[in-house]
Amino acid sequence: MSEMISLVDVVVSYREDVALWGVSLDIEKGELIGIAGPNGSGKTTLLTVINGLGRLVRGEARLLGFVMKSGARGRDFRLSPRIAKMRKMIGYVPQGGAVDPRVPVNVREAVMIGRYGLLGIGRHPRKEDWEKVDCMLEMVGVAHLAERPFGHLSGGEQERVAIARALVQEPRILLLDEPTTSLDWRSRTDILALIKEIHRRQKLTTLMVTHDPGDTFNICDRVVLLKEGLIAAVGAPEKVLTNANLQSVYGDSSFSHKGGFSGGYF
Amino acid sequence: METAPSLTKGVLAVGIFSSIFMQRALLVGLGGGIACSMVGVLVVGLRLSLIGVSISHAALAGGVIALFAGFNPLGGALIFSLAAAAIIGPLTDRGELNTDTSLGVVFTMMIGLAFLFMGLMNDATRNQAQGLLWGSILTAGDLDLVAVLMTGVLVVVAVAVFFKEVQAIIFNREIALAVGLPAYWIFYGILFLTGITVTATLQPIGGLLIFSLIVIPAATAYQLTYNLKTLFLSAAAFGVSSCWLGLILAHLLALPCAATIITVAGLIFLVVAAFSPKRRVKSIDEAVENGFYSISE
Repeated sequence: MSEMISLVDVVVSYREDVALWGVSLDIEKGELIGIAGPNGSGKTTLLTVINGLGRLVRGEARLLGFVMKSGARGRDFRLSPRIAKMRKMIGYVPQGGAVDPRVPVNVREAVMIGRYGLLGIGRHPRKEDWEKVDCMLEMVGVAHLAERPFGHLSGGEQERVAIARALVQEPRILLLDEPTTSLDWRSRTDILALIKEIHRRQKLTTLMVTHDPGDTFNICDRVVLLKEGLIAAVGAPEKVLTNANLQSVYGDSSFSHKGGFSGGYF
Repeated sequence: METAPSLTKGVLAVGIFSSIFMQRALLVGLGGGIACSMVGVLVVGLRLSLIGVSISHAALAGGVIALFAGFNPLGGALIFSLAAAAIIGPLTDRGELNTDTSLGVVFTMMIGLAFLFMGLMNDATRNQAQGLLWGSILTAGDLDLVAVLMTGVLVVVAVAVFFKEVQAIIFNREIALAVGLPAYWIFYGILFLTGITVTATLQPIGGLLIFSLIVIPAATAYQLTYNLKTLFLSAAAFGVSSCWLGLILAHLLALPCAATIITVAGLIFLVVAAFSPKRRVKSIDEAVENGFYSISE
């Protein structure tokens, strides 16, 4: 098996609503994949299948030597110690705003949480763990905020901290859920440049969900375009993000950019 | 003439600590204050207030039913509160029911059960059951004292061993799970710890008031700091000092103990909240430092 991640006929539902309808996808080691599509098309669900946070109704997911199978009645992996082991190798940056602003954790501690899974129960962070955390804070450009309560940071700063937390985990797969949504223009360009730089340096297999297909254009190797829980198109950005494809996915009047996204964002 | 009142006061104060009932009550206050307030930091940090209320009322119902059936109320309280924790955790996680509504149903039903069985009791047992409602810290028996102290030790050890897991879950449970921690197991463990703590303090503090001792010292500590370690330590300090101060005041003024303890805890909360550094706006502080104060003087 040369592919890093292999999804076979994955069906995921939340109560009565089906979020993914039989998605199959192979991802090679070191690829940077963009996942685009409108609200409710299953982008976040596709990410959470990979780290075992989603409930499989049908199909299976294989990655890093682990297999998650739905079984006959569907399966949840939240309580599974086996999949907990797998998650230690996957860095996850969820959508922003998930953390209570009053949370009693400072920025340095918030990044250290990324190493807690690796450390194991009953073991406390050592000096070299703190050094790695400080080094990562430096890299994402928030070292000056290290002692601040996490909840006091702006959206863009929190996003950087979340990326640092995922990276300090020294993961083999990186999952990013809308890392640029709700950021201003400047922070957005910075974060995208950071993601591109990390990928270039480490050749880390990366999946990035984005609300704006334009984000993925110049940095992704391949784009997966989702519509209503199905893959509408997959391939190189310039082949997938055509006006015809975008119109069929988002509806007729939503995109009026001339020539799709070939104008480029960078 | 002037020495007489202070002399009687002195004798009274010595009298408080020499009574065997009071010594036991102070020990119960130490163990219960530490256990309740440290569990409270977890409950407040994870925003489990409603779950905590449901578990503590389940313990009350279990205690009353055990009394009715002629058993030790501690056993019934433990079974009911752990069962409540085991049912409520997964139930709210599955999200099939609205948390507010389902816990509202559970907690009022438990009060209903407690009162129903109290109605069915004979007068002597009902008197005992009322002790479970209002608390009777001065009549704590050997078993109660041992249970409370052991629970205090259990809570301290659990928090110390699982400190980083607890911190990660308070930060965000999904993130804790995503970094590879057994977040759901730890979370259910916290619910069980809440159940055990509620059971151990049911008899001395009383089913209707336990939850105040869980939430108020923790809420007070949250006014002061963003550091989790400081939070646990200061909550424990507020919990124990509320218990001790409440006991002494109740003794001096002939007030009901548990109610006085909770009132003292509430007053400490109000004072701390009024002076909380979290409420201060930095620019106003600077204005005060730059002469605003001297003008008003």
